[in-house]
Amino acid sequence: MQRLSHSIPLLCAIVLAVFGPMLSPYLSDLVVKVMILSIFALSLELLVGMTGLVSLGHAAFYGIGAYATVLGSGKDGGSIALLLPLAMGSAAAYALAVGALSLRTRGVYFIMVTLAFAQMAFFVFHDTALGGGSDGIYMYIRPTLGALDMENRYTQFYVVLAALVLTYGLLALIRRSRFGAALAGIRVNEQRMRAAGFAVYGYKLAAFVIAGALAGLAGFLLASRDGVVNPELLAWHNSGEVLLMIILGGLGHLRGAVIGAVAFTLLKELLSTHALVGPLADHWQLTLGLAIIAFVALLPKGIIGIAARISPAAAKPAKGAAA
Amino acid sequence: MDFGTFLVQCLNSVQYGLLLFLVASGLTLIFGIMGVINLAHGSFYMLGAYMAFALSPLFGDQFIVMLAVGVVLAAVFGYLLEWAFFSYLYQRDHLQQVLMTYGLILVFEELRSILVGNDVHGVKAPPWLEGSFALGNLMSYPWYRLFASAACVVLAVGLYYVVNRTRLGMMIRAGASNRDMVRGLGIDIRRLYRIVFAAGVALAALAGMIAAPMSSVYPGMGASVLIICFVVVVIGGIGSITGALVASLLVGFVDTFGKVFFAELSGMGVYVLMAIVLIWRPEGLMGRKV
Repeated sequence: MQRLSHSIPLLCAIVLAVFGPMLSPYLSDLVVKVMILSIFALSLELLVGMTGLVSLGHAAFYGIGAYATVLGSGKDGGSIALLLPLAMGSAAAYALAVGALSLRTRGVYFIMVTLAFAQMAFFVFHDTALGGGSDGIYMYIRPTLGALDMENRYTQFYVVLAALVLTYGLLALIRRSRFGAALAGIRVNEQRMRAAGFAVYGYKLAAFVIAGALAGLAGFLLASRDGVVNPELLAWHNSGEVLLMIILGGLGHLRGAVIGAVAFTLLKELLSTHALVGPLADHWQLTLGLAIIAFVALLPKGIIGIAARISPAAAKPAKGAAA
Repeated sequence: MDFGTFLVQCLNSVQYGLLLFLVASGLTLIFGIMGVINLAHGSFYMLGAYMAFALSPLFGDQFIVMLAVGVVLAAVFGYLLEWAFFSYLYQRDHLQQVLMTYGLILVFEELRSILVGNDVHGVKAPPWLEGSFALGNLMSYPWYRLFASAACVVLAVGLYYVVNRTRLGMMIRAGASNRDMVRGLGIDIRRLYRIVFAAGVALAALAGMIAAPMSSVYPGMGASVLIICFVVVVIGGIGSITGALVASLLVGFVDTFGKVFFAELSGMGVYVLMAIVLIWRPEGLMGRKV
């Protein structure tokens, strides 16, 4: 089972790499968007699924990564080698500050505090001239590195795909490592981990900073794709939606985050398509809200949970990461 | 800053703080007693503001009557909502509560958009509260704002009395400190839940109605209030009414004076306050150690 659980995602990546260039520009753009969201969702899975920390402010790191990319590239554009570390570094730095404070609390306090600090970052970009205020700012030239030019849609596709594969691989490694085992222990019983002599706070903070940096990576890719950023990226709707994605897919599985990102994007498209739902499409927020409520009520274990009902072995989490 | 300005800003701080208290007290009690984190609480504030917009042309002069009618409507709405929706959330974990109440916000926002549209509306203060009175030689202060503060003081005192001096309040306090024990003592906890929830909705809606003539009525107004109320609850300590009052006033002062001294970064002031409290007392000013 263990081997299968890694070979399917790898197979998907290969299929995408081979067939990606054949996609129409519209479809390819959508796939890129979904892959970026998958990276964002994976970064949150490290916190929620692996460590048991429910953060409702994850969009802040995504937005900061995107803003750092645009602000760091001048009128002549910038190098990926410079902008990528800048984006991930800025997001990680804010995650370090927010994590150091919010990890002093737990449970429902943690949810509220992460949301509040994300809102603070939102206000910084929304109310000050730093990032162009509420309108956001444009990037003059997309980042480049040697022959890689994010202006080119094929380059964009492969860079994002590579980032997704690397993120997935990194998290899979973390899960199997001693560090990942400690995080799983914290999720299951923090008290016991502390009693066993683990510096629980340090482990949680490390997870928080890594998750922030990876969200910054997603933000970098988004800014490179869109060429524009605005404060809405940091808005709490995004934090809510990404949390929803990982639940939708199935918490406690890396695949779940990706499946959730795909499913959520499709659901949103579906609910706002006139051809499919008729006049309800104008009120997709209403149907989406009802769908969310129904989904969480009926399928708390996500889409992977459906598979588990049909064949219990297929969705068994990897060893040491039972959810 | 001369004394007159200072006085006006103090009045503004108290008035804003007390308004926040009305919303935050419901939030903190609902969490403290039912253990539910309710993201949709801001929507009840929005509901109140839109009720004021819809009802004020009907009632005209009779502003107080309108408030009373609105409170009753909101309480009934809250009672039904608890029965139909929230009572199913108690057994679920925080993550699911967050997502389901998030879904509820989307539903409320879209219903608002369908029913009233997305325009920004103004609500007129009742005729007998129009105009201002002089404060010193240069400054003046609107009568309506003074009325709002007074109404909030009356409500805060009333709430304090109910929570600390009545039998119902005793059950509420007991529920906030140990839910299972209260259930074990044979108190009808479901009824208590329903009453507290309905009261929380009514208070938030009342705050929205009182605020409507001062701030305009606009889409998304619930979310900003919700997040500030989270800050209030974190500062004050979950489940503590006194903590919510102290924290609301603190937030009111920091926010109002922040706008005076640091116009551009005023949005950040309250979060810095929250950060300081988290460093000093992570469980909140009046919270129990968690």
